[in-house]
Amino acid sequence: MTQLIDIFASIGLWSAVLRIATPLILGTLGALLCERSGVLNLGIEGIMTFGAMIGWLSVYHGADLWTGLLIAAIAGGLFGVLHSFLTVTLGLSQHVSGLGVTLFASSFSYYVFRMVVPVANTPPTIVPFQPLDIPVLSSLPFFGPAFFTQTAPTYLAIIIALLLAYIIFRTPMGLAIRMTGENPHAAEAQGVNPMVIRYGAVIAGSALMGAGGAFLTLAAFDSFFPTMMQGRGWICIALVVFASWRPGRALFGALLFAFFEAFQLRMQTMLGGAVPYQLFLMTPYILSIVALALMARRARVPQALMQPYRRGER
Amino acid sequence: MRFERREHRPLSLLILTPLIAVVSALAISGILIALAGAPVLEAYWRILAGAFGSRLAVSETLTRATPLILTGLAAAVAFRARLWNIGAEGQLYLGALAVAAAGSMLLGGLPGIVQIPLLLVTGAVAGMLFMLIPLWLRLRFSVDEVVTSLLLNFVAVLIVSMLIDGVLKDPMAFGWPQSYPVADDALLPKLIARSRLHIGFGIAIVLSIVIYFIQSRTVFGMQSRAAGLNPPGAVFAGVPLGRTLLKVACLSGGLAGLAGAIEVLGVKGYVTTDLSPGFGYAGIVVAMLANLNPIVVVLTALFTATMFVGADGMSRSMGIPTYIADVTVALSLLTMLVGLFHSQYRIRR
Amino acid sequence: MTLPVLQIEGVSKRFGNNLANDDISLTLAKGEIIALLGENGAGKTTLMSILFGHYTPDAGRIVVDGTELPPGKPRAAIRAGVGMVHQHFSLAPNLTVLENVMTGTESLWAVKSQTGAARRKLLSISERFGLRIDPDKRLGDLSVGEQQRVEILKSLYNDARILILDEPTAVLTNIEAERLFTVLKDMARQGLSLIFISHKLDEVMAAADRIVVLRRGKTVAERRASDSSKAELAELMVGRQVERPVREPSTPGALALAARDITVWVNGVARLKSISFALREGEILGIVGVSGNGQAVLGQMLFGTCARTSGTLELFGKPVADLTVPDVVDAGIGRIPEDRNHEGAIGEMAIWENAVLERISSPAFSKNGLVNRNAGMAFARRIIEEFDVRGGTPQTRARLLSGGNLQKLILGRNLLQNPRILIAAQPTRGLDEGAVAAVHARLLAARKEGAAVLLISEDLDEVIRLADRIQAIVGGLLSPPVEAADADARKLGLMMAGEWREVEDAV
Repeated sequence: MTQLIDIFASIGLWSAVLRIATPLILGTLGALLCERSGVLNLGIEGIMTFGAMIGWLSVYHGADLWTGLLIAAIAGGLFGVLHSFLTVTLGLSQHVSGLGVTLFASSFSYYVFRMVVPVANTPPTIVPFQPLDIPVLSSLPFFGPAFFTQTAPTYLAIIIALLLAYIIFRTPMGLAIRMTGENPHAAEAQGVNPMVIRYGAVIAGSALMGAGGAFLTLAAFDSFFPTMMQGRGWICIALVVFASWRPGRALFGALLFAFFEAFQLRMQTMLGGAVPYQLFLMTPYILSIVALALMARRARVPQALMQPYRRGER
Repeated sequence: MRFERREHRPLSLLILTPLIAVVSALAISGILIALAGAPVLEAYWRILAGAFGSRLAVSETLTRATPLILTGLAAAVAFRARLWNIGAEGQLYLGALAVAAAGSMLLGGLPGIVQIPLLLVTGAVAGMLFMLIPLWLRLRFSVDEVVTSLLLNFVAVLIVSMLIDGVLKDPMAFGWPQSYPVADDALLPKLIARSRLHIGFGIAIVLSIVIYFIQSRTVFGMQSRAAGLNPPGAVFAGVPLGRTLLKVACLSGGLAGLAGAIEVLGVKGYVTTDLSPGFGYAGIVVAMLANLNPIVVVLTALFTATMFVGADGMSRSMGIPTYIADVTVALSLLTMLVGLFHSQYRIRR
Repeated sequence: MTLPVLQIEGVSKRFGNNLANDDISLTLAKGEIIALLGENGAGKTTLMSILFGHYTPDAGRIVVDGTELPPGKPRAAIRAGVGMVHQHFSLAPNLTVLENVMTGTESLWAVKSQTGAARRKLLSISERFGLRIDPDKRLGDLSVGEQQRVEILKSLYNDARILILDEPTAVLTNIEAERLFTVLKDMARQGLSLIFISHKLDEVMAAADRIVVLRRGKTVAERRASDSSKAELAELMVGRQVERPVREPSTPGALALAARDITVWVNGVARLKSISFALREGEILGIVGVSGNGQAVLGQMLFGTCARTSGTLELFGKPVADLTVPDVVDAGIGRIPEDRNHEGAIGEMAIWENAVLERISSPAFSKNGLVNRNAGMAFARRIIEEFDVRGGTPQTRARLLSGGNLQKLILGRNLLQNPRILIAAQPTRGLDEGAVAAVHARLLAARKEGAAVLLISEDLDEVIRLADRIQAIVGGLLSPPVEAADADARKLGLMMAGEWREVEDAV
């Protein structure tokens, strides 16, 4: 019991929560934005992988960290163009198209990475984002190191979550996106072009996914290796449902999820060999499934999600 | 620009579409090979040679195609009923695990002729049961089975990892995490001596024919197709949606589980966490390239196996990462999707 | 004379082989209400979709206030002051009324939605025209009539001066419809110009200043409402006397289907409220009503696709428990679903498969789980031959059949089994005249053979001509039956409005 208290009282736990949450926040927001416009983007796993790879590779080749993050976002956006072309222009199955994008983006990442970085025993590293020293806040006892010694992209992710909540619920653009996701025919009848909105949302959403992936290689770790994504993208898709398509709740969901993750990591060390570590590693996936089962019926799904829109065809 | 549904789908398009898709994918991959600074045609030539250049190469390609046919069939039967089982990878691992456990601990003493069929069924049942989780979640909680079956893939590998690190760990494996091996009697007989090609390949071919027959000639086949094409219409016609989906899920999960069983009994003899280099995911491409036709699945699985086996050899001699095979296979899924669209719609103005 | 607010000049539009609009011209003056009258498929909706920019015309132009509209641009039409109220509402149930109205009204790049100002504007418009609404209610929680109000408000909010309404009363009860026309007339008095599409003579005569009659894509006549009569309009609209099958006197036999106090709840809403009816062999019982009043659920309950909550159902005198589809099929009940494309057929499957799918487990079409393909093909060929299904062989995909031929296929697969009971839901909806006549003849023939036919329809004429007895369905309630011989349009109209207590001679 005291050990549990120790875990909760440890600075490491809380600072890890924010660090673990950041890629999930960005990925979930990206997926959420796509889905609000009516497009399920299962390309997320691959797009995040590509973002992680290309962001790292850019920095490895001399770009500064922010440029690396930007390049990852742009690359994500390009995959968004591909996914939009398949699902919006051609109106193909969003499930299969998304999986195709994931398979392509991840294998392409590995290919490019291997082409540039030959196999080595210890993967090459870069100097990642360092924790920001925020005046006053960072020097608070406990709270300072626990919450205010994160890297800059973490704060950026939180700001983006709030910004996206504002855009979706308080601006004409957000309303147009929501209407497109609910009823693209109505959007069209009111002079909003659903094709353009969907392209825009999917591209912007995919850019967020790319940036989320890059956080892993540019801030959380300092190197790239294949299979590092470990289903984070799929977890983001589950988090969108858990969040009921609301950015604020997505932020909360990602933090909650990261808390469990950070907690299980510490339980793992605490319990040592008594419980197989694999059981702990399973928890994120099982938690995601449980979250889906709990929320799927309750959540207010965008009514046109996964429905292709073609003018004149109802 | 406008798209118009084609009234009739020309037969030529149905046959040509996968071919054009594959050629386009190869062309795009060619650009990537060129970017890596290698001669494209020679690279492709070496892939071909690596996959078919010798008796050994051919047997290796067919060996690699075996699990791909099975996971391809698993995806094809599920997709046809619009059951998006993306969990073949996980089902494959559980099938393999069940076979390794049963083969090394329970059935080890039985003669091969009894043991092998029992083990194959064990693997299929394990895959089947694992597929029932996402199905149950869909029917009970309306959870999209795509995400759950994807997430369960990770759970499956962790279950394997846990057991081969624990109760199933082979102490003779120099500390490597791998399971006890199955008894020698349980290993699948070889089709070609002194090669890895085993009768599992024959089983896969037979199954693709059986499934073609099930889909085109049985009540279940017709009902599952109806359920996939138009659920309200199927309900009106009295198709029991839940029960049909249950059967489809069992068939799909069973095929994926069998792929794992056959991989253990035919190739490895034991289970590890790198048993499958993504057979489950590649199966999706195999099925889509075949336009969900179980017979064509054999051909598209061969294409996929050719890329994987051939790229191994080509990579070593030309310094192109083997991932070029994964890239090409993934690309062919995307080009096939575009091709399928083209065969269903025509572009106006 | 003042310049007309709207001129449609020589508009033509072709879909494949079908000339939907053929050189149509019309003008609309300020403060005028025009009714666009025509049967299903006359080209009314196509014309209005062109006017609103949903379709690009092959020829012709649209002029609003002397300025030509660019073709195919809904946004330009909105800006020019054209508003459209579709028959199927373009609304998002998950958004609020205000959000539905505001979509697309502000610059997409504005940093903040001016919600406060928008709410005030919406409320003032709704005040001015008497269209009361709560702007913050979720749209999905509103009734159909209220949703239509939102559709109209949406156009007015966009400063529409020309309002187009596509079959505005199709989903309304008589009382709601009357209220709507009062509002529309008030709008015209306040200077708006309106076009409404309809095929109902009564409302056209009552509400329009001028009536434009369309037939097969052409304008065939233009009349002032005051100078015309229903009889003349009916003749203009149909163009010829349609051959309707003659009804022979009924000789009702044994009680085939009896429903007592049946209640059905769907998703927390009572769709059928304690309804009762009795159907005898050799008669056609018509259930008439405006769509959305529970007839769809009634059909589904009898088809075996929707369970009843309470009440008893007797088949040939024997009470039956919950019906499943196989129960219904095995009991020899023929089923014609309301939505033939989504329920009645599986478009991507072959005609023969569609012919046998609902009986696929019977020994006639399968054995030990194996489909008897030859038997299925033979059955399909028989249907094609005897029911004159044109446009395909047994191997053709059902999607390629026209609506009429698909309906013949559905009729055929049921009637060739000599059903003792036939449930037909909206059997002629959307069909052309020839197909309608064929369907009617088949239903009457089934009656003559002694089948008990339950005809669920929203087409009054159809019910009057075919049924022996008629009951109206309103808001999930069923009126007492009246003899068809005593029923006229007025009496049925009252019944459909739920005022059957005023129909004196209700049995």
